[in-house]
Order: sequence, then structure tokens, then C-alpha cells
Amino acid sequence: MKKGKTLLKENYHAARWQEPLIMEMGSPGERGVYPPQVEEEVREAVGDVLSTIPEGMRREGFPGLPEVAQPHVLRHFIRLSQETMGTDVNIDLGLGTCTMKYSPKVNETLARMAQMADIHPLQPDVTIQGILEIAYRFGKILGEICGMDSFSFQPGGGAPAIFTNASIIRAYHESKGEGDKRDEIVTTIFSHPANAAAPATAGYRLVTLYPDEDGYPDLRALQAAVSERTAGMMITNPEDTGIFNPRIREYTDTVHAVGGLCALDQANANGILGIARARDLGFDLCHFNLHKTFSSPHGSEGPGCGAVGVRKELARFLPVPVVDFDGSRYYLNYDLPHSIGKVRAFLGNLQVVLRAYAWVMALGPDGIRTAAETAVLNNNYLARKLSRIRGVSVPYAKGKFRLQEVRYSWETLKEETGIGTEDVNRRIVDFGVNNYFTSHEPWVVPEPFTLEPTDSYSRKDLDEYAEIVGRVSDEAYGNPDVVRSAPHRTSIAKMDESILHDPGRVVVTWRAWLKRKAGTR
Amino acid sequence: MEKKVYPYIPNSAPKVRTGMLREIGVKDVGELYSEIPPGLRLDGRLKIPEPLLSEFDLRRHVESLLFKNKTCKEYINFLGGGCWQHFVPAVCDEINSRGEFLTAYAGGTYSDHGKHQAWFEFQSLLAELIDMDVVGFPTYDWSTAATSSVLMACRLTNRKEIIVPRNLHPEKLSQMKNFCKAAASVRQVGYDTRTGQMDLEDLREKVSSATAAVYFENPGYLGGIESHGREISRIAHANGALSVVGVDPISLGLLAPPSKYGADIVCGDVQPLGVHMYCGGGLCGFIGSRDDERYMAEYPTLLETIGPTEREGEWGFGWATLERTSYVKRELSEDFTGTSTGLWAITAAVYLALLGPQGMRDVGEAIMQKSHYAMKRLATLDGVRAPVFECATFKEFVVNFDDTGRSVKEINMALLDEGIFGGKDLSEDFPELSQSALYCVTEVISKENIDRLVTSLGEVLR
Repeated sequence: MKKGKTLLKENYHAARWQEPLIMEMGSPGERGVYPPQVEEEVREAVGDVLSTIPEGMRREGFPGLPEVAQPHVLRHFIRLSQETMGTDVNIDLGLGTCTMKYSPKVNETLARMAQMADIHPLQPDVTIQGILEIAYRFGKILGEICGMDSFSFQPGGGAPAIFTNASIIRAYHESKGEGDKRDEIVTTIFSHPANAAAPATAGYRLVTLYPDEDGYPDLRALQAAVSERTAGMMITNPEDTGIFNPRIREYTDTVHAVGGLCALDQANANGILGIARARDLGFDLCHFNLHKTFSSPHGSEGPGCGAVGVRKELARFLPVPVVDFDGSRYYLNYDLPHSIGKVRAFLGNLQVVLRAYAWVMALGPDGIRTAAETAVLNNNYLARKLSRIRGVSVPYAKGKFRLQEVRYSWETLKEETGIGTEDVNRRIVDFGVNNYFTSHEPWVVPEPFTLEPTDSYSRKDLDEYAEIVGRVSDEAYGNPDVVRSAPHRTSIAKMDESILHDPGRVVVTWRAWLKRKAGTR
Repeated sequence: MEKKVYPYIPNSAPKVRTGMLREIGVKDVGELYSEIPPGLRLDGRLKIPEPLLSEFDLRRHVESLLFKNKTCKEYINFLGGGCWQHFVPAVCDEINSRGEFLTAYAGGTYSDHGKHQAWFEFQSLLAELIDMDVVGFPTYDWSTAATSSVLMACRLTNRKEIIVPRNLHPEKLSQMKNFCKAAASVRQVGYDTRTGQMDLEDLREKVSSATAAVYFENPGYLGGIESHGREISRIAHANGALSVVGVDPISLGLLAPPSKYGADIVCGDVQPLGVHMYCGGGLCGFIGSRDDERYMAEYPTLLETIGPTEREGEWGFGWATLERTSYVKRELSEDFTGTSTGLWAITAAVYLALLGPQGMRDVGEAIMQKSHYAMKRLATLDGVRAPVFECATFKEFVVNFDDTGRSVKEINMALLDEGIFGGKDLSEDFPELSQSALYCVTEVISKENIDRLVTSLGEVLR
């Protein structure tokens, strides 16, 4: 590591409140809030409505909820928030594949306006023209960004969007009378697991391509795999390694040649916005995670939005309703006789669409491109620094630039010190940053870690992060116990993590815990 | 192009950029894209609107669009049907807008201890409400939760048929059929058109050794309290099938939880518990079951477990047995998981902590009293039948307008002019109910609101 002024937060310490569980708080009779009161005239007019509840359907006694006054409920959850590292409070570049970028506060202010928050999804179209117009406009914007013709924002996240794509592929082949014949989907091991699981849920048999020596999905394996049974291919590009496959057209052409469709999972699109488009790469349909690439906050695992885009020949299969415009009015179009039906209730998470729209409107065409370029710049800058750290290796694509992220390996560190990626992952949190994402299963790259610096981090942030990783590497070689026994400065001490993998010891509620403790389970 | 500095992008400052490019050893950022062949690159600029660089201008633009919406604060709202207008305590919004929760994601046990504890508390609090010992991390919405629940039942029973009532929400049925297409067929059981309750004879006829689950809801989509829950569960169990019950959690301070009438798996939506409607974006499904390893092994969602740390008396929390999920099983999975609705789970935990046992009973009672008042008043109007079904209702009920000679569509358009969102038109989805609408009356609807509805309807129907 470079000598000089350290960027490490040596004095960092997480909030450690030793906060009890809410179930243990409060006292009998305390109240946190009163619901709206019922007018006396109403009470008198209806009399004893509870007697209308059928026999056996009235709750006996009260639910076992705690009784806590409002200040303590507030304090409790604020303390829990303070024991949490959101992107707002740390250099959150460790969660590769998640695209942790800054979520502008003005977008949040807009999404929480009554004109968004207090809208019922079944209100007449004429009373929700604003949000319909935003959805319509944003569909056009996304269409320009990826080259697709029609969009649905109904899927509640990336995985259901992938399922939606699989359902559209199924509906397409069924419409051609080939539904039974085409029962295989091709994916790659570096695509999100949902690209295997969601088509399997839709009834497909999966063929998984593994990387060739350079890290590209094995083209010969693809050529051998496709046949008249191929329904489609569902992959990412760049993959989770950050490697862009320059021969992608050969892959999509190969699938098209046997009559299959190609779906691009754009979870990794952040580095190619305004640079390359799914349609031009030969894809027929795709999806974006608006909570990733388009800056809507991830919300402690959602709500998100998987925006599905298709070329016009596939538009008739989209989930209903879709937002349309008749020249004077925006309306919900249910008239898609070939629709796959519903994939989520109503229109999806339109507050997420609203934030994504505001993000694009603040940046414009050059800003979007600058975001992508900066993400790639940041990634390659960080990669340069990290590749110099002892114990780190960068599998595949030697000498080539990566796009939005890199999947690194601590294989050498593990061999030389016994310290593996999970040990390092616990230790880096001691320096005031989030733990990093290792890899989806299976670990094709040994002792993996995946970093995605996005467009939101400064050069100093990147330097600081590299210094943290470098420090932990130094420790692994010089003082491995401090890494092995980490974390030391977090809200809690190291857990007995074997519980997490032992179904017999998993306890997911307080009442179950009490029963087990009392031996009454 | 690169001269512009964007507030959200620190390294868009030109000087910093140059320095970083030098460090990497390239002259131009374009060189970093050498892996994308020129033929695959976008030619020119994106044709999207030019930027509103000033936050003020951006805000004015988006607000000008949003102001075209009419809210349920300006209008009196009687729409429900899967998304409901309930009161949202200020503390719920205070907590879910905290940047730490709002902008967190997949952070683990040590960096995000508080978030994990809040999720465990969500599971624990909801478990008390639904009276089940296991509750998973939330799904997208009730439809998804119901679908995942019946798929769990298929795997647990090794069977491939689901039975649901005919008066299920049609869109939920659509989603269930779509998601279950490969794993199971979905059969419908009729309902008694007088009482709105499941037709038990029809159920007995259809349930068989092929049935994985009998799925029903309480209250049902059309608002009725299903009083034969125990008998439905008994019929399911007698045939080796599971009883899967969808429930509106805001009813459970008052109504018996499904565990009391034989449910094996319980699902529903926590949007009523402190989350705004967001035009349907506030939905957040849940799944609960008994504390049985066989059941827990089939959860497609994350499960947050509690466990000791190395410090005496201290608790930690973490995602447990991920091997269950598609994250590890990949194509061996018959369901899938991903980003869902964690922020709303934390919000629901705040809500349940604020309301407590008495608050949950009070809110349930308020909903029943106000909805009964609405039914009573509506029934005084000539030609209006409310409620249509002879059964107990909770917050939603069917109103029939056949004898008024007017269609629901006409009536709702006229009500709209009066600043009222009338009930959901059922005439297309349930033709047997003719000109009927599903009205929803929650605790936020005042006597004055109801009186105004009745007065306006009286004028509309005159």
C-alpha cells in the first residue's frame, strides 16, 4: 500500500445499543397510538356489531403483542436504524451485483407526496393521470435506453421480472403451437440464480453454461445445447464477473437460429447505459432493476421494481394492464388477449418508477452516459488498486477492462494464511463499511468477493476502500487472529454462525424461541 | 459532454477524472469500453429529455405531473379490493424514511445488525397476530404469498392440485394459475350465492387424494367472514391436503386467527399495517406456518433467525438455511426469491408495536362499526341492497344496485363528480352478482363521509 496519510477510520465504532427486543419492552397498559375514534352516533346506530361475528370466529383474548408507549417505540426503532449501514452512511461499494448508488433525497420527497402515497390503484384513470403519465413517459425513456418497444412495471423486483420474461417466452411459443416442444432454457452460471429458478418454476428444464478459460460463457457448449427444444436464453451481459462478452451477437444469433428467444437480465446494466442497448445485442426482451440501476433506494430488501421491456412482437404477452395513451388521456389497457395475466397485484411499485423517472430527468442523455462511464472508471480504478494487494487475484480476462464490477478472489490469501473471504468480510466492517457480497452459489471463483463501485463514489472513497482491503490483507499475513476473531467494533460480537446452516436450530420468532427455551416446543 | 458536473456523481468533476484515467493508464474513458465492439455501440446520444439540473426545476416538473392525481385525502374513498386506505401513524413514516433503513440492502449480520433485528421483530410480532410460530421474510404481495403458500403445500404433500373458492379475487387467481402452471392445476369451488360462503358440498365433491391444498380467505375477497373455516380445514385434512388461509391482518385483533380453525399455512398482506397505498406499491405479502422443520424447509423466502453471539447475553440475527431458496438451489427450485419488500416489513413491525394488543382490537372494532353503519345507511336507499350476502362482514361488503335501474359504472361516474370514489365495480368479474360493487369502509372513514355518500347516492339515484 501507498505510504502517507491513512484514510482508515481507526476510531470507527458502530452504535452498540444492546437494544432489547421490542417483545421485551413496555409495561401492561402502555399505548403507542390510538386508531381513529368512532363517533358516538355510529356506535349507537349499529349497536353491538361484535355479536354478528359467527361462533368461533371471535378472537379469544388478545394477541401477544407488547404494550409500549410511543417515545419508546420510536427510540427503539431509531436505535435499530443506527445499528444499520445504509448507502447513505457508508462507502457501500462492496455489494457487487446490487448497484448501490446514491438515492437523491428530492426523489424521496416526491415519492412520499400525498399525490403518490395516498392514491388507490383502482381509482378511475382520470384521477391518476399524473402517475400514469410518468409511467408512460418512463416506459418511452427506458425504451430508448435499451431499444425495446413496450414496458411493464408490474414485477415487484428482479426475480419476478425474470419470471415474467420466462412466462412471455412460454406464451410466445404456445402461441405458435410449440409450447410443449420447447421446454429448455439456457442460462449461465454467472447470471443471477433467478435466471435458473424462475424459468424452472415456469416449467422449463435448464441448461447452464459455465465460463470458458477467458471467463466468457462457453460458446461451444451453447452451440451444442441448442435445438428445436430450446425456448430461449436468459442471461446477463456483462456477467457478475464484470466481463462484457464482445461476441454476444453470436450467442443471440445461435439461439435465434433454432427459434428461441433471448432475454437479457440487466441487473448489471449500470456501466452500459447510453453505451450499448439490449436490442442491438440481439435480445428480444429484457428487464432493469429500477432499485439498482435507476437509483431508487433498495429499502432494506425492497420494495423494488423489475421493469420488463419487450420488442413489439412480444408486447401482446405483457402482464395486464399496461399504461397506454390515446392522444389525450393516459389509460390502463386490459385489452391484451394473449397476456400472460398478472405477476403482481395492480400496477407494481409505481413509487419506484417515479423515483427512477426523476433520476433520469435530473441527468438527461449526457448525465446518464456520464453515470455509466463513471461507474466503469471507478471500477477499473479500484481494480487497479486492488490487484496490487497481496492475496487478491482477478480471475479471467487478463489485461482486459471490466465494466461495472469485478469478482475478485482471496484464493491466494486463503492458501497462504488460512484466512478466507468470510473472515475478511467480517473484519472490513470494523472500518466503517458494509460487508461485501461474496458471490452467488455455487462459488465458481474460489473465496470470491464482488465489488461494484458505481457512479456514486469519489476517488477518495475508492482510495479509502482499497486501503481497508489492504489493511485486512496485511493483518491476515501479520496478525491473522485479529481477522479470524472479527468483528471487534460492530454492534454485536461474532455469532455462532453454524446456527444459520442448521435447520434444527433455526428460530425465526420470539414465541418459538421462548417455547424452545422452556422445552415446550 | 464531460465538462458538465453532476451533483449525484462526485467523479464527474473533470480534474478528478483525468487523474484517475492516468492512474489506470488510459487517455480516454472510451478506452475502458474496448470490450464492446463498435458495431454494438449506440450511435450518438440517447433521445431522452435534456436534464433538469436544478433540483428546484426537477421538483417543479415532477410535482406538476403528480398534481394531476387526485388523492384519497381530497376524495372520499370506498375502494378496497386488495389495497386499503388505513391510518398510518407518523412514527411508521419516520422510521421507514430513515436513511439507514431506506438505503440499506443485503448487508449482513454485523454491518446491519439493527435491520436484521427489525426483521426478526417483524416475524415475531406478526407471529403473535396470526398465532403461528413461524413467519418468513415478506414477499411482494398477498397474491405472491398465496401462490408461494400453495406451492409449498404441493411440495409438502407431493400433490399437484389446488382448490380455491370461486369468489377469489380474479387477479389473484390469474397470478396463481400463471405461477403454478408447471407445478399444479387450480380448481375452483363454488360459493353459496345467498351467503357468499364456500359451497361445502361442492368442496367435498372436488377435494380428493390429488389435492395439495384448499385455499380460502378470511375475510373473503367479497368481504364476508368465512364461518366454516373449521369444516373446510377438516375436509382438507381428511383428504390429506393442507388448509391454507389468506387473512387480512388488521382483522386479527378482533377475529380468530386461522390457526384456531385448522390452518396449516397462513398468508396475507401487511399493507394495512402502517403502509400507505402508493397506488398499490404499499403491498407486502407474508407467509406463516407452524414451527415444523418440514414446513420451514419449503419457505421460498428468506428466514431471519435469532442466535447467541460470543458476548454473554447478546443476540445476533442472520439469514438462515439459504440452502432452501433459489439462491442456492437454482433450477432445482420450484419457486424463486429476490428483492422483496423489507422496508414495509419494518414498517409493519413499528405499527404493531405502536398499536399493541388493545390498539389492534380497537382498530378492528372501529372498522366493523363504521362498515356496519355504512351498510345500514345504504340499505335505506330505494333499490339499493347492502349487504348482498347474508353473512357477517368485516370491512368490505357487496352492494347491489339492480333495482335502481342504473349501472355501477354510471353511479360511480356520478359519485366521482361529488368527490367520491365509489366501490369497485364487480359486474364484469362476477356477472352472477349483476350490478354490484365492492365497498370498503375502514377506520379512516368518518360518519360524515358515510352520510355524504348516502346523500350523494340518494341524489344520483333519484
